[in-house]
Amino acid sequence: MSDSRWHCRTDKPPALAIDKLHVEIKMQRGPARVVDNVSMEVWPNEIVGIIGESGSGKTMTALSVLGLMPRQARLSGEIRLSGKALTTLPEAALRKLRGDRIAYIPQDALRALNPVLRIDTQVGEPLNIHRGTPWQMARQRALELLGAVHIPQSEKRAREYPHQFSGGMQQRAMIAMGLALGPELLIADEPTTALDVTVQAQVLQLLREIRDTKGTAILFITHDLGTIAELCDWVYVMYAGTVVEQGSVEHIFDRPAHPYTQMLLRATPTVKTVQEELLSIPGAIPQPFDLPVGCRFADRCPYRFDPCSDEPPHLQAGSEHTARCWLLSKPQESAAASMT
Amino acid sequence: MSDFAQSKTRTRRHHFNWRRWLLLLIGGVLVGVFVLCAILAEFTAPYSPYDLDVSSMLQGPTAAHWLGTDEVGRDELSRVIFAARISIEVALVAVGVGLLGGTIIGIVAAYFGGWIDVVLMRFMELLFSFPAILLAVILMASLGTSMLNAMLAIGIIFIPGFSRLARAATNDVLRQQYIDAARVTGMRDSRILVSEILPNIATPLLVEAAVAFAYAVLLESALSFLGLGAQPPEPSWGNMLSTGRGFMAQAPWLGIAPGMALFLCVLGFNLLGDGLRDAFDPHLRD
Repeated sequence: MSDSRWHCRTDKPPALAIDKLHVEIKMQRGPARVVDNVSMEVWPNEIVGIIGESGSGKTMTALSVLGLMPRQARLSGEIRLSGKALTTLPEAALRKLRGDRIAYIPQDALRALNPVLRIDTQVGEPLNIHRGTPWQMARQRALELLGAVHIPQSEKRAREYPHQFSGGMQQRAMIAMGLALGPELLIADEPTTALDVTVQAQVLQLLREIRDTKGTAILFITHDLGTIAELCDWVYVMYAGTVVEQGSVEHIFDRPAHPYTQMLLRATPTVKTVQEELLSIPGAIPQPFDLPVGCRFADRCPYRFDPCSDEPPHLQAGSEHTARCWLLSKPQESAAASMT
Repeated sequence: MSDFAQSKTRTRRHHFNWRRWLLLLIGGVLVGVFVLCAILAEFTAPYSPYDLDVSSMLQGPTAAHWLGTDEVGRDELSRVIFAARISIEVALVAVGVGLLGGTIIGIVAAYFGGWIDVVLMRFMELLFSFPAILLAVILMASLGTSMLNAMLAIGIIFIPGFSRLARAATNDVLRQQYIDAARVTGMRDSRILVSEILPNIATPLLVEAAVAFAYAVLLESALSFLGLGAQPPEPSWGNMLSTGRGFMAQAPWLGIAPGMALFLCVLGFNLLGDGLRDAFDPHLRD
């Protein structure tokens, strides 16, 4: 599949490779399969989006990469960072990777910044933690980083506290902190959800700039289709803990193959659909401790037919595009049906 | 959002700016005077606090002896000034013991939780259940009478209060997202405790320390009054009050002088503590 990713032709191994990841959390009502057989790749120089509703397993997937799962979670499968297996690493070794080679940008930057420490202290902190850089030098470097993420008057503002920053600047400071050690993988978990649309665009532009100048692989988690279309090269659509569709952004947006993706697209407001009624998908995402047998979307799917009681495999939907839907095994007529 | 919050804070600060700061100022000046007197006692006191002068016993206030003299002719003002030094020394060490012990116990209890939390906090509650003076007297009785033991006893009294405060504040901080963010940055637990949690709980602890200071001065005087603290001829407001009580009718200044000093000193530390609490109130800083 990676052959088809024309935009990231490289000899290097993927920055992140997740292979058949399963995450099970023990709960009182029984084990919850929050991530089920998820495989994905993020290549250097590539921005990959994960999209899904709340509870679809996208954040859990990110947390398993960081090794920060809740204690009750059991994990199987393989996660490799530039070819190096992470799942077998002890906690101490994982900690050395966090903030150094894997950076994480959270949704709410203000809450992720320590309110009593100055911005430059916090942005420079990874240098001190992982490289033992003295504070004075770490602060100096933080200034450069803040400049690089376009904080205006960075010399002056670097000495301020997080609450004195605007939302967009807080998020940019978090990004600066993530970039401090030049990570090969940047995981951004809904980094723009809490921001104004104009500020959102600036942050997206910044992420694109980072990818272009540093070749950083970026895993972008969101529930907003608009930002995916704007930013990403490749998309994974998650539903109830599984990847239901994956492909290049162009293919997914032009010819969504899975009924869930189709409905997601029709549920998103755009300028063109302003007059039409927005679609709302009937039903709710199944609970992870009570998953249906077969296709997990079957209950909400208007095209449900006999094979749906078996779990569908990834079926080719195009040259750069697969989906887990039995409709794809039906030739032609289904494609016509799915387009309407 | 942040601009709005900032302007809100600004107007709110303007609102009770001067009144709060006035109290803080008065407290600060009182405390400053006492601390300076204590540090510079050799220079500020007109006489030695120990020199007897049998020719001028129990004199009322005069130009030579502003606060009069005591039953063996020692200058009362000098003794009050030197007593300030003892009070502040004792309070400083006692609050230090309480702050250090309480903070460590509180953070450990909150961070590790489980049975460690239960055991530590139940023990703190046990200490809390004794009236402070009674506990101090019990401790002094078992430790023996000395200045150092008085400091320790008063410090131990403060430990439960500080530990509860530290534990509550730590629990609060542990729930914050920036602690998760610190883990994501690859910080180890010990470093999270010191560089993320400690700065965030420092303010309430320091404010509490200022208030505890007033209480420590009071407790030291109480112990000395009972003869368990500073031993004569060492001057302390407590034992001076105790002496003055015997001469209430003939020489009321012997009771009034140390009493007023004690009152003003405790008032100063209280105002300072309250003022600091307002100034550093986290709700005003948001």
